[in-house]
Amino acid sequence: MTHAAPVEKVMTKNWANPGQNTLEGYQRSGGYTALKTALEWAPAKVIDEVKKSNLRGRGGAGFPTGLKWSFVPKDNPKPKYLAINADESEPGTAKDRFILENDPHMLLEGIAIACWALGAHTCYIYARGEFKYPSAVLDKAIAEAYAAGIFGKKLLGKDFELNVYQVRGAGAYICGEETALLESLEGKKGWPRLKPPFPAVVGLFGCPTVVNNVETIASLPPIINQGAEWFAKLGTEKSGGTRLVTLSGCVNRPGTYEVGMHTSLRDLIYADEFGQGLPAGRMVKAVIPGGSSAPVLNAAELDTKLEFEAFKPMQSMAGSGGVIVMDDTCCMVRCLWRVARFYAEESCGQCTPCREGQPWMARLLRKIEEGLGDMDDLKTLMNVAASIAPWPPIGLGNTICALGDAGALPVQSFVTKFKDDFVKHIENKGCPHGDKPWGHFGDFV
Amino acid sequence: MPEPLFTPEEQLQFDRGIDELLTHYPPDRKSAAMLPALRHLQTLKGWLPPEGMALVAQRLGTTKERAYEVATFYVMFHTEKPGRYVIDVCTNLSCALRGAEGLLTYMEQKLGTHAGTNGDKYFLRETECLASCGTAPCLQINEDHHENLNKAKVDALLEKLK
Repeated sequence: MTHAAPVEKVMTKNWANPGQNTLEGYQRSGGYTALKTALEWAPAKVIDEVKKSNLRGRGGAGFPTGLKWSFVPKDNPKPKYLAINADESEPGTAKDRFILENDPHMLLEGIAIACWALGAHTCYIYARGEFKYPSAVLDKAIAEAYAAGIFGKKLLGKDFELNVYQVRGAGAYICGEETALLESLEGKKGWPRLKPPFPAVVGLFGCPTVVNNVETIASLPPIINQGAEWFAKLGTEKSGGTRLVTLSGCVNRPGTYEVGMHTSLRDLIYADEFGQGLPAGRMVKAVIPGGSSAPVLNAAELDTKLEFEAFKPMQSMAGSGGVIVMDDTCCMVRCLWRVARFYAEESCGQCTPCREGQPWMARLLRKIEEGLGDMDDLKTLMNVAASIAPWPPIGLGNTICALGDAGALPVQSFVTKFKDDFVKHIENKGCPHGDKPWGHFGDFV
Repeated sequence: MPEPLFTPEEQLQFDRGIDELLTHYPPDRKSAAMLPALRHLQTLKGWLPPEGMALVAQRLGTTKERAYEVATFYVMFHTEKPGRYVIDVCTNLSCALRGAEGLLTYMEQKLGTHAGTNGDKYFLRETECLASCGTAPCLQINEDHHENLNKAKVDALLEKLK
């Protein structure tokens, strides 16, 4: 038995309550009291409180939320918008979906609080097209909020009009990138925009727009109810609160869990409360800590906290909380090839390094996996990756958006950390794992 | 005379749906409704017939070329009529580590088709991550999500499609 340090539940606290995903159920557990409090405060005080809470964006970048809000110009006469990123598509990540399914009013109350703070009268929730059920639950919750007089001409009785609309995507990973999301919301194909200007200044329809992730905004009601200091204290010095992570791959108990910022990757994988370890005889070979874009870690790097700063020394990131575990019988080349195929498929085609480079890397990996590669291919692979984004990572690479980097970093980190595995494929002219490249749980039964 | 695209009932539903969607956007930004409008059309007809896309474009004050550009960018839009059951199997890393490649092969055998081939009854496709990583493997049948799959569960699902 292995136990992790206890985690005070914030995001998942009420998920098991019957009817929690209805307005009535949400109100039974204290729903919309935070909005009432926030509406008694000046918007600036709400923003201050969010800053003090150390809330950081849960969509991948971990950017401080209050700071992001403060970039919205106060003197701009144009309308302001809030856009919620519910386009959860990063491989390994399945958390926002469960907020929509289990506690949608937590998001809606957060939206109302954020719109009040920002002076935004319209919010669009951009949900990925494949979320048929989560979107249906959310639509019902939005209708309930209108019917109860929470949204509409008045915000919970206050003279502040707020309209909230759900827009469903139609299958494009790129639309999770915030400027591609805005393009898609404007009814176009999801081609990212050059930044600056940032969306806070020039966003949707050319107006100041804040784009925030579902989990980020759903954190606002507890922050207002229990105070910024309480929330900040739950976390570490620079990352407030708790967070949702998805544990997947070769563990005994995969799933979506609420962890502390102080919870280590090792605890997530092995503790009884979470992953419950690997099957007898199996060991961790590799872990992707924050969605497939996050550089891979090896078994010696598991004692890392799941907060936003902790992965920097190993050139990786906590990202969107998608933790993918590969055991010691997994083929690193095959795993990376699958990841590379994803970025090849999802590149939007706007920038040449990404459009040409991602499929090129996928072809080279296939060649190596199938035993047809040589050492020059491995060199070419790293050169192509470097032409998209530098390694070690130093921020934005050679493309308009971070999808370029997102595809290059896995290649660079896998090849750097597991070079022997690649070389073995080349020397043996084939995959040492034969037709079992996917580890202990890789068979369909 | 070519057959009209809509029955009178469908025409009514189409118009009502577009009218409602247009209230969600500023009056000078009608074309912003493109994704929901195309989805609305696809819900009515099962796919996006060219003359339907032209109608959407007309209602949104834009060109049919713009509608087609958007329709072909997003994988969930069908610009060709798909089989009665569109089946999307995720084979991304988290699912692959839980048997997704075997699941895809199992589906191909059971349905007698190959992934990527559109047929009258089935359109089986390999798809990217569906946010079911902790509940892998998974697939969607006409957008209905099914997860934690094994052979017995898949058999039961396919039984219902007959």
